[in-house]
Amino acid sequence: MNNNPQLNKNGELQHLLTTEGLPASILLNILDTAESFVGVTARDIKKVPLLRGKSIFNLFFEPSTRTRTTFEIAAKRLSADVVNLNIAASSQSKGETLLDTVNNLSAMHADMFVVRHSQSGAAHLIARHVRPEIHVINAGDGRHAHPTQALLDMFTIRRYKRNFRNLRVAIVGDILHSRVARSQIHALTTLGVPEVRIIAPKTLLPAKVERLGVHVYHDMAQGLKDVDVLLMLRLQNERMLGACLPSSEEYFKHYGLTQEKLALAKQDSIVLHPGPMNRGIEIDSAVADGKQSVILPQVTFGIAVRMAVMTILAGN
Amino acid sequence: MRILIKNGRVIDPQNGMDAINDVFIIAGKIVAIGAEPDCFQANHVINAKGLVVCPGLVDLSVRLREPGLEYKATLESEMRAAVAGGITSLACPPDTDPPLDEPGLVEMLKHRAKSLNQAHVYPIGALTQGLKGERLTEMAELYDAGCVAFSQSDKLLLDTRVMMRAMQYASTFGFSVWLRPEDVSLANSGVAHDGEVATRLGLPAIPVCAETIALSNIVLIARETGAKVHLCRVSSAEGVAMLRAARQQGLPITCDVAANYIHLTEMDINFFDSNCHLVPPLRGLSDRDALRAGLMDGTIDAVCSDHAPVDEDAKLLPFGESEAGATGLELLLSLILKWAEEMKIPLIVALSKITSGPAKILGVKAGHLSLGTAADLCIFDPDQYWKVEAKTLVSQGKNTPFLGMELQGRVKYTLADGIIVYED
Repeated sequence: MNNNPQLNKNGELQHLLTTEGLPASILLNILDTAESFVGVTARDIKKVPLLRGKSIFNLFFEPSTRTRTTFEIAAKRLSADVVNLNIAASSQSKGETLLDTVNNLSAMHADMFVVRHSQSGAAHLIARHVRPEIHVINAGDGRHAHPTQALLDMFTIRRYKRNFRNLRVAIVGDILHSRVARSQIHALTTLGVPEVRIIAPKTLLPAKVERLGVHVYHDMAQGLKDVDVLLMLRLQNERMLGACLPSSEEYFKHYGLTQEKLALAKQDSIVLHPGPMNRGIEIDSAVADGKQSVILPQVTFGIAVRMAVMTILAGN
Repeated sequence: MRILIKNGRVIDPQNGMDAINDVFIIAGKIVAIGAEPDCFQANHVINAKGLVVCPGLVDLSVRLREPGLEYKATLESEMRAAVAGGITSLACPPDTDPPLDEPGLVEMLKHRAKSLNQAHVYPIGALTQGLKGERLTEMAELYDAGCVAFSQSDKLLLDTRVMMRAMQYASTFGFSVWLRPEDVSLANSGVAHDGEVATRLGLPAIPVCAETIALSNIVLIARETGAKVHLCRVSSAEGVAMLRAARQQGLPITCDVAANYIHLTEMDINFFDSNCHLVPPLRGLSDRDALRAGLMDGTIDAVCSDHAPVDEDAKLLPFGESEAGATGLELLLSLILKWAEEMKIPLIVALSKITSGPAKILGVKAGHLSLGTAADLCIFDPDQYWKVEAKTLVSQGKNTPFLGMELQGRVKYTLADGIIVYED
C-alpha cells in the first residue's frame, strides 16, 4: 500500500487527509497561500474566479453545521459550484455503502469531495477508490484527523507568534476522542515547534501518546507553565456516560481554562478553540471573550485556509 | 490403488523422521516408508525429488461459512482451498448461521463435507445454544453427531457462571472446551490494539488486559473444574506468560496462535488496511516476538490459519466498520515456512505446529505418518515462491494482509486417504 496516499507521483498534494506525514514545505505553502486569501475575505466583493466551473461536493456523513458552512463559503468565494449532501439522513440509511455513494457522485463529474464521517479512515478509503482526477479533503474522520482545522490553528498561531521554532504549545482536554488534537500534534511537530504538551486526565489520553512526540501532563498548573499557545479542545457531553469523567463540574475545576489558570502561562500567550465552545466546561467565558482569546479570528482564517487547500489541490 | 512417492524428503515430526525416503501407499494407507514392501507394484508414481513429504496439515480454525453464510464462501470453495493449502484435517468453529448447536446441523455438515471427498472436517460444537452464552447445548448428542470439542467461537461469554457450568458439564464427559480469551466489556467496540497505531489512527482500541483478564478467568475455572481447555488465538506477550505459568502447574491447557500473528503487528495496519482488521487485534512487536518464543518452547502447541473468508464489500468499508478476518487456508504452510526461515528453526519442529501438534489437540488420528494410518499427505516445494493474488487464491475469500506479497513454499500434491485430491 502506498505509504503516502495524500501525494501524487510528483510529490504534490493530491488529497488532504491528515497532517501526518506531509513535509513542512507543503504545510507552509498552504499557510502562505491562505495569507493571500485573507484579503479577499475582507473585501467588498468577496469572490475570486480560481475554481470557476469546478464542482465541489460536501459529503457530510455526520452532522456538522460550522465546518460544512466554512467549506461552503470557501468554495463559493473561489467561484466553485457547491453541492451539500447531508448523507447521514439519506442513502446510508437505505443501505447504500459509502463507496456506492461516492461512485454515484463521481459519475456526476465531481472535482472535489469534502468528506466528514464518524469512522476513522473513511476519507482514506474514499481517496483510495475515487478516479485519479478527483481530490478528497478530509473534513473530519472519527477520532483520526481534521487537517483543515489544524491548519487554520497553525495559521492563527503564525499570525500571532510568527515563528514556530521557539514556541511551547499546550493542547488541553479530550485527546483520546479528538481528531483535532491528533492533527494539531502532527502539524506542530512537523512545523518545528520544540515543545508540544498535552494536558488531560488519564481517561482522556490514548495509549502511548508520547510516541507522537508530545509531553504528557495531568495537571494544569504544571502543564501551562511558560506556555505560549493554548489549544483548548471541546468536551463532548457523552464522556460522562462512558465512565471517562464523573461530571462536567469536576472537569471544569481541574481542566477548565479560567483566568487564574491562564495566568500560569506566558503573559502574551494566546488561546485557541476549534468551536463550538462549552462555556463553563472547558473554558470560562472571561477567557473565551478575553484579550488573549483568538477564537473569533480563527473562524475568519478558517475560510482563507480552506480556500488555500482547495486552490492548491485543484492546481495539482 | 498403489502409490509410490519417490525420493522425497520425508518429514514426520511425531515419529522424529527427517530423511530422503520413498513412501508406499496401498488402499489409502501408508504401508511402508523406506524399504519397498514385497511385491509392491505402483499404479502411480509421484516423483518427489527436491520436495518435502509431510503429514497432511491439520488446521484448528477454518470457517467454511456453511450453513448460512454462503455469500462469503461455500463448502465446495473452501474445501478446495484447504487441499490447495496442503490441509487434510480441519476443525470448523460453530459460528455458522444457524450456529452448530444441533446434532442435525452437524450431521448435515459432516455428510456434505464427506461427499466432497477432500479434507476431513471436524466440527466444533456450540458450547451454548445459539452461541448466546446462556443455556448449554446438548454436548453429548453433539459429540455423537461428530463434534470433537465445544466452543463459543468469537461470541464471547459474558457470564462467568455459565463458563464455569459449561466447563463442569463438558468435563463430566471428558469433552474439551475451546475458548478465545477476551473480556467483552474491555474489548467493547475496539478494533485495534491499544497501542501506538490505534492512537495515531484514532481507532477504538482493545487493551491487552482484555485478553489477560479473560485468560485468568479461564485458567482459574479450568483448575477448579478440571476441564480440558484449549485456548484459541492468544495474541499478547502477557497472555503467553500467564499460559506458560499455568502449564508449569500441570494444568491440561493447550493453546494455538493464528499464523498472521507470528508475522504481523499493529504497524501493518498502515493507513487503515482493512485486511489487517483481525480478531483478536494484531498487537505490538514484543507481543509477536513472545508468540514466536511461546511456539518454540512449546507453550503454544499449534498454529492455525484462522481462516475467515470475507466478501469483498465487507472489507471496502472504513476500518472500524469493515468485517474482521482473513483468508488463510492457502497461506498456512507458507507462513510457517517463513517463520522457520526467519528464526532458523528446523523444518521438523516448524511442521510439528501444523501437523502433530494440532492433531493431538483435536484428538484425531492425523498429523503423522505412522505405518497403517490413512495416507493424508502434503507434498510441497520448500524453495518455490509464489505471489499471493486474488485471482490465484482458490478460496472465495481474497482478504489477507499478505495480498501482493511473495511467499515461499508451494504445495505440489495433497493426498487424503491415499487419493490425490490436489495437484499443482
